[in-house]
Amino acid sequence: MKIRLKVIFSFIAILSLITSLTAAEKAAKPLSPGWSFKGFFGKFDRASLQRGYQVYSEVCAACHSMKYLTYRNLAETGGPEFSVEQAKIIASNYEVTDGPDSDGEMFTRPARLSDNFVGPYPNEQAATAANGGAYPPDMSVLVKARKGGADYIYSVLLGYDEPPAGMTLDDGVYYNTYMAGNKIKMSNPLSEDLVEYIDGTKASNEQMAKDVTTFLAWAAEPTLEQRHKLGFRALIYLLIITVLVYFSMKRIWSRIETKV
Amino acid sequence: MSEHNYTPSSKFGKWFNDRLPLLTLANHLTDYPTPKNLNYWWTFGGILTFCLITQIITGLILAMHYVAHADLAFGSVEHIMRNVNYGWLIRYVHANGASMFFLAVYIHIFRSLYYGSYKSPREMIWILGMIIYVLMMAAAFMGYVLPWGQMSFWGATVITNLFSAIPLVGESVVTWLWGGYSVDNPTLTRFFSLHYLIPFLILGLVVLHIWALHVPGNNNPIGIDLKKPSKDTVPFHPYIVIKDLFALLIFLIIFALFVFYSPNILGHADNYIEANPLVTPAHIVPEWYLLPFYAILRSVPDKLLGVIAMFSAIFVLIILPWLDTSKVRSTIFRPLYKQFYWFLIADVLILGYVGAMPAEGIYLLVARVGTAYYFIHFLVILPILGRLEKPLEIPTSITDPVLGGSVQPSFVKSDKKKI
Repeated sequence: MKIRLKVIFSFIAILSLITSLTAAEKAAKPLSPGWSFKGFFGKFDRASLQRGYQVYSEVCAACHSMKYLTYRNLAETGGPEFSVEQAKIIASNYEVTDGPDSDGEMFTRPARLSDNFVGPYPNEQAATAANGGAYPPDMSVLVKARKGGADYIYSVLLGYDEPPAGMTLDDGVYYNTYMAGNKIKMSNPLSEDLVEYIDGTKASNEQMAKDVTTFLAWAAEPTLEQRHKLGFRALIYLLIITVLVYFSMKRIWSRIETKV
Repeated sequence: MSEHNYTPSSKFGKWFNDRLPLLTLANHLTDYPTPKNLNYWWTFGGILTFCLITQIITGLILAMHYVAHADLAFGSVEHIMRNVNYGWLIRYVHANGASMFFLAVYIHIFRSLYYGSYKSPREMIWILGMIIYVLMMAAAFMGYVLPWGQMSFWGATVITNLFSAIPLVGESVVTWLWGGYSVDNPTLTRFFSLHYLIPFLILGLVVLHIWALHVPGNNNPIGIDLKKPSKDTVPFHPYIVIKDLFALLIFLIIFALFVFYSPNILGHADNYIEANPLVTPAHIVPEWYLLPFYAILRSVPDKLLGVIAMFSAIFVLIILPWLDTSKVRSTIFRPLYKQFYWFLIADVLILGYVGAMPAEGIYLLVARVGTAYYFIHFLVILPILGRLEKPLEIPTSITDPVLGGSVQPSFVKSDKKKI
């Protein structure tokens, strides 16, 4: 069953023809600062994750929840790797409702490591009402929930611009080069030196966008480093056993005249 | 399962085998005479068995942690990804495993189309295979609904709505399928139940598929009937076992690349957004392996006719053994059919591509031409071609190339050829 090159080429030709005929609406090519977590040995930049958490908690968390993360995640390997003590302190800054206690009363207490991230609003409706009718999406898996992933999030954060002439925007709607339809209901969240990084890094817009996107990428895929590491081992193992089986196969088939 | 001259050597073995002939079965499976010229396209049967078992085992573990409830399903998947030990691995293997399963089944089907493995006396193997394929699509579709993301919800809405095209009772059928007046919790729970059931139906059919295979034995690249056992055959064990294992390992390397390095590339980003009945995604697309059928469905302007076209696309495959009138099995000896075979492959790939695109403009036009050609291939070209085509001369055995024939020796020893 020889794959016919002619057929494959004509297939590619037809596809490229179709694509070129419909390439009318092209969105702006997303920006990418180069991510350390891409590729076979990709790992998160620990310092960037910690800074990213700072941007998230001081800026994004005012409107966006992150309900699938727990405070213990902040101290786990492969993440920002705050110390357990630091994570406990971070958690204790938040109040959670617990109960009922033995008297049947609900009560509030400081969050513990095992608690999920506390969101800014009690429910989706409250979040929507407080944000002019646009629900700020939960950020737990945001990077995986957008086509283009980290590049897209990074681009949107830096994509705020004046609308082109002739385009009028309603109140509470902003122009963004990279957003689908170019309209976004989130005002530009970043401005120079908005946060004061604990490690002294200069908080430029690009720096903050990169850090917080790295943090969001980790939040969406907290096992990425473990996955890359295990994947590499699995591939080495598979390659070795494949070679061994290949030679066994050759040996077995050498008993008869037919080649394998 | 013909000749049973096997006697266990031990006394207990003999006692046991007289009462339950499992050892005879094992002996049959290891000695099973297999054509020695099978190429690597023949290794996908074993790969598919592996895929099915992988899906069942990973699915079993996922079901221990998954919660089939409209309010909890999405969160329970995130729980598996974050809190269950190696939950991310199990889920990514299961999700990508579905794609790998379909990749393998498409190669398996197109191998059968190329070498005429569906022809007499192997029609039952083919039909059982097609039933397995249809069940696979049902299982995959329902499985895709379970994470209860946006594509899950809207995919389920679109596909179940197809049944509303049935005249008179359509609406009632859809309500019955949903268990209510929209896709909601009752739909999710029944999909989960059926998603759990179908793989075991497939497993049973796979046993029948292999049983039916072991009656006439394997087809082979030159498509001739063989004397079994003979110098043209080798025992299944160890020759075919080791070769299948080698091919499986290559397959696993590709599988691992997906699972560990691009686990979400075959999915859709929208499915990481929790289902929301109030927000419709811009483009609702099924998983890649269903796209050609989706293109056929959308290429017909009328809903009912579109649904009929889509189901007919599968039905023509089921009756294929009677549509193809050529007595020659292997495409190697069918110069004209060979051209049409590759046209069909290109057609299906193009249909898959336009199925992923919005149904408008040039895409719609291409989808219509592609759909028309798909049916023309099976309903017009195949029946006529078998009568008109003059096949090349066919060798009488694998070992002895035909004397003075027109067959190239490289084809006869096609087991030597690389894939």
